[in-house]
Amino acid sequence: MHIPDGYLSPSTCAALYASSAPFWYVALRRLKRWLSTRLIPLLSVFAAFSFLVMMFNLPLPGGTTGHALGVAIAAIILGPWASILALSIALLIQALFFGDGGITTLGANCFNMAIVGSLVAYFVYRLLAGRAAITSSRRVVAAALAGYTAINASAFCAAVEFGIQPLFFRDSSGAPLYAPYPLRIAIPAMMIGHLTFAGLAELVLSGGVVAYFQRANPSLLEHTAPGAARRDEEPRQAVSQGAWNTVRPLWAALALLLALTPLGILAGGAAWGEWGARDFSQAAARQKIAAASRNLAPPGQVPRGLERLCSLWTAPFPQYAPSFVRRPALGYLLSAMFGSGIIILVFLIANSLFARGSRQRRAESMKTATGDS
Amino acid sequence: MNFVERTLSSLVNAMERALYAEELAKTDGLLQRLDPRIKVVGILALVVASAMAHRLWVIGAVFAVAVTMAVMSRVSFGILAKRVWIAILMFTGVIALPAPFIIPGREVWRLPGVGWPVTAQGLASACYLVARVETAATLSVLLILCTPWSHVLKALRVLRVPVVFVVTLGMTYRYILLLLQTAHDMFESRRSRMVGRLEGSERRRVAASSAGVLMSKSLQLSGDVYSAMLSRGFRGEVYVLDDFQTSTLDWIMLAVFVALASGGFYFGR
Repeated sequence: MHIPDGYLSPSTCAALYASSAPFWYVALRRLKRWLSTRLIPLLSVFAAFSFLVMMFNLPLPGGTTGHALGVAIAAIILGPWASILALSIALLIQALFFGDGGITTLGANCFNMAIVGSLVAYFVYRLLAGRAAITSSRRVVAAALAGYTAINASAFCAAVEFGIQPLFFRDSSGAPLYAPYPLRIAIPAMMIGHLTFAGLAELVLSGGVVAYFQRANPSLLEHTAPGAARRDEEPRQAVSQGAWNTVRPLWAALALLLALTPLGILAGGAAWGEWGARDFSQAAARQKIAAASRNLAPPGQVPRGLERLCSLWTAPFPQYAPSFVRRPALGYLLSAMFGSGIIILVFLIANSLFARGSRQRRAESMKTATGDS
Repeated sequence: MNFVERTLSSLVNAMERALYAEELAKTDGLLQRLDPRIKVVGILALVVASAMAHRLWVIGAVFAVAVTMAVMSRVSFGILAKRVWIAILMFTGVIALPAPFIIPGREVWRLPGVGWPVTAQGLASACYLVARVETAATLSVLLILCTPWSHVLKALRVLRVPVVFVVTLGMTYRYILLLLQTAHDMFESRRSRMVGRLEGSERRRVAASSAGVLMSKSLQLSGDVYSAMLSRGFRGEVYVLDDFQTSTLDWIMLAVFVALASGGFYFGR
């Protein structure tokens, strides 16, 4: 999963460094607010631990052994932001000093494993663990599945990064310059290994470590289990108060991306494989398809399956342009805002449900506490 | 070999590599004599030049430069071959192997017996991948083998890496070595007490618990380190001593690195 130098084009690497940067910035600001001067020793030692845990050989069912990333453990014990930073530092040390993963691809590796891995692991764990007690076996299952999902999400991101290389980067003869396999090969090739061995190793480690802490030191699990965590209330409040300030760069990055959306119309033609049924009957469109497919002529008639399926769903904004908007750039921008708006709305609703649930639980526990006294 | 022994051997390997790098960094060679900042910038420029090149001969030329630097810095070919060249061939080579048969293009040969067509484009793409990975890895290994690690970290300041990160990286490296020793002792003592074979589920429990113990120890260690820092007057500000000094050789080599990387960018377009 550690992508070495040479597999990704410099522009992909730059894009992934740029995508990781706002997350690093937000993580650093949040943690500084919470940990203040404690930040440096905690991150250093935890990054050292993350580095070491990647060397552990885990016995898997079936008699083989495998290595895990430990991303879910980090996210469950430290929370997603500290986990992002600790794993990024561990990945940097691996790339610089142990040659595991490249220097140019460090942004990609951090994005896939530290950022996507930590966030996916954290949300899956919180979702599945729900209100379960700290020592409940449901938390072990939730941690195991969080690890399994996180490593597969990371692998999927890496597979997509590999798979898009031959689409965009070829030399004058048409030979792929970087990772040579298209998405249809890269995705199954990466996922088969991760859905089985690597995923199992992560599952065993995450579930096993949470089970160990339930026996040995349950207080370590309280940080990401709001129902039971009382001693952390103070710092958590500080974090939520500063939430807007720290998340601001992410919103700024999103706004910039939205503003740059009309650049998409500068790219000529349709994306490969994104043809409509009508394109098969128009001479100009047929020529474009043939040119994009190394002069392989498309079938004379619309493939029957395509014709049948394409009438199943009509998008509200076909071709990213609502019918009432005349200028394509404006249409692109509106579609981008509409799409992002829906996603943000879903997250806000989920977030408010989460927050309401935890507020209710806190109120209930306060009531019980005062009733007891 | 069971999982305890395998983990022990990977821990010992990591320690050996760290020690070897420290030893080699002290010898007298071309790269060892250079200012770490010049090395970091120069070698990074060459890695980027090899990553951007669209021509095989340019990547080959950057590789030749890397090998020449290795010779002038007294890094043995045996170490490079074992650590980099063969290791990469075993991994990236295997990944690139199907490319000549899968990538569509002009057929140049058919595999005797099975009759699979080999395409020129597929062959070229496999060569690009292997050559690029070998070149970048050789360059980054040279940087690490010829520079004490603490200097590499300090040199990152030239790339505008924030000082907090540089200090954190330095501390991480220090505690990696300490935790390596701790983990090694844990597994060694476990092995010395193990008689017979463990059941599969028991083996998994032991491995996960060991990771848990190491994590508890890490968190405790971070608390101890923090107390030690506070007792020495740490108030949140960090300072790094930038005590590097450049010589004429450094400036000459910087010019050479810039010329080589620019040549790589120009001819590799």
